[in-house]
Amino acid sequence: MADLKVTLSGLELDNPIIPASGTFGYGYEFAELYDINMLGSFSFKGTTLEPRFGNPTPRIAETPAGMINAVGMQNPGIDRVISEELPRLKKCFHKKVVANIGGFSVDEYAECCARIDGEEQVGLIEVNVSCPNVHNGCMSFGTDPLGISAVTKAVKAVTKKPVYVKLSPNVTDIVPLAVAAAEAGADGISLINTLLGMRIDLRTKKPVIANKMGGFSGSAILPVALRMVYQVYEAVKLPIIGMGGISSARDVVEMMLAGATAVEVGAANLVDPWACPKILAELPSVMEQYGISSLRDIIGGAH
Amino acid sequence: MKQGIYTIIEHTPLTKDVYRMVLSGDTSAMTMPGQFVEISLPGFFLRRPISVCDYDEKTITLIYKVVGQGTDALSQMKEGESLDMLVGLGHGFDAGKSGDAPLLVGGGVGVPPLFNLARKLIAAGRDVTVILGFNKADEIFYAREFEEIGARVLVTTVDGSVGVKGFVTDALPEHFSYVYSCGPMPMLRALYKAAQGKGGEFSLEERMGCGFGACMGCSIMTKEGSRRVCKDGPVFDKEVLEWQI
Ligand SMILES: Cc1cc2nc3c(=O)[nH]c(=O)nc-3n(C[C@H](O)[C@H](O)[C@H](O)COP(=O)(O)OP(=O)(O)OC[C@H]3O[C@@H](n4cnc5c(N)ncnc54)[C@H](O)[C@@H]3O)c2cc1C
Ligand SMILES: Cc1cc2nc3c(=O)[nH]c(=O)nc-3n(C[C@H](O)[C@H](O)[C@H](O)COP(=O)(O)O)c2cc1C
Ligand code: FES
Repeated sequence: MADLKVTLSGLELDNPIIPASGTFGYGYEFAELYDINMLGSFSFKGTTLEPRFGNPTPRIAETPAGMINAVGMQNPGIDRVISEELPRLKKCFHKKVVANIGGFSVDEYAECCARIDGEEQVGLIEVNVSCPNVHNGCMSFGTDPLGISAVTKAVKAVTKKPVYVKLSPNVTDIVPLAVAAAEAGADGISLINTLLGMRIDLRTKKPVIANKMGGFSGSAILPVALRMVYQVYEAVKLPIIGMGGISSARDVVEMMLAGATAVEVGAANLVDPWACPKILAELPSVMEQYGISSLRDIIGGAH
Repeated sequence: MKQGIYTIIEHTPLTKDVYRMVLSGDTSAMTMPGQFVEISLPGFFLRRPISVCDYDEKTITLIYKVVGQGTDALSQMKEGESLDMLVGLGHGFDAGKSGDAPLLVGGGVGVPPLFNLARKLIAAGRDVTVILGFNKADEIFYAREFEEIGARVLVTTVDGSVGVKGFVTDALPEHFSYVYSCGPMPMLRALYKAAQGKGGEFSLEERMGCGFGACMGCSIMTKEGSRRVCKDGPVFDKEVLEWQI
């Protein structure tokens, strides 16, 4: 029997498959389609202190083997997530969920995490540090080791839940950022978020996306994600949730060999709503094909 | 919503760049006119949203215009080949609100989603008037098909080559009970102004990531807050939309 179980900072998962933040809403669109309890967990839509409408449309563009999104973290705000989304989710999902938190200042991240700390449905907090830092010349927290360190410390001070820092790939060297998160007390690292990209419409001769640029993800980014997970695995001794371009059981195995303990599946859910159940269904046979009996054994196996 | 493999049983050009495709397969997820499908095309990452023009227990009819690479690839497909589609997406037209003499207004490729609606309204005994707006004569399609199912059809062309010269709003009848429309935004805006005081529903278009409500790629702001064109729409009560006029 193939053993799919993995553990993230004490949180035991039946399998490593976690739909990625922003591609799974708060779960119930998918709960109408299949029993989402088969998943290891899922990471809910990036949530901020205040409600956000997000960016103007068009927010979506297509790329070869991928897509660009500039949704702009549309979400109902942390209080409504706690009072409405989580209770609604409880009816269809009986496992622990990953709370993905965004913010635009250190205080905002801390306040958001403090409010979600009491929710027993939340298994771990994934802090998305890729948002622009409005208090610091709009530079992203995620590209600055000092910013990452400040956010991580502030969040760790207000919650007992495991804190995973989700890194942006839009940097020259990912390693100092992972090290900064680790030294500031992070329990794990999530990566990668989307790559900054754009498309131009030949008819209008203008960018397709209203915001001009957006986050590039999907199959095309798998090699970049694998490389970064591999580098971070070498540099820090923390569990990694690996993501970027995963759409098959083979991709999952590859990502775990690079060093991931669990994986998130993002854009693939949007083009095939049954992507995660399909990956789960094919995992045992792919494991058998490559002589793998337990997924735990292959984490970082490529090093 | 259902995912399925659909076989192309008919594929014919209606004009130089507009095609009709009839597919057979499971249509049980279709619940109302104005819903759409998301078509997966080999070699393209995102699916393509196309409105359902007509459907019955076994078939779905789509009408699409070639505007880019995806629809061009679609136009190359042959009868007998099959397509992976998500079917029964979105909230469509509510035929129950039509009143006795509904008006249906379509502009260009906004015409197709009105067809099944017209069929249902006529079956319910309504006196249906349809205005079809095009730029010029060789772009016109489906005027005869609407007539054949029993609708009163008015065609407008911008250059006046057929029917009323001008825009759909130049052909509005004096009396109608309710208006259903789909077409380009400038047309919808003009129609909104011209039909003030009457109830109605408009179908919108937006670039989509998923088409089933998961990604927030298609959100618009309405008077009742944020709505997803793919799941809460594409058809909205026209009074709920923000018009900025
Ligand atoms: C709910 C809905 C119903 C539609 N119904 C019809 C229909 O019945 N008949 C018809 O001809 N067209 C319809 N469209 C428009 C149709 O989806 C686009 O023309 C088509 O996606 C263009 O694909 P492409 O690859 O040829 O163009 P490209 O420009 O090469 O496509 C690139 C990307 O942009 C997207 N895109 C481009 N134009 C549009 C657009 N106008 N709306 C949404 N996405 C777009 C594509 O889906 C693709 O992801 C509808 C759109 C929506 C949202
Ligand atoms: C439509 C969309 C919305 C996203 N929203 C968020 C978000 O709110 N917070 C976040 O941390 N990541 C967000 N992401 C990034 C994904 O969680 C993931 O890191 C990235 O897409 C790479 O994975 P993929 O290639 O499998 O999509 C979003 C991605 C997409 C496609
Ligand atoms: S396209 Fe994804 S929510 Fe509408």
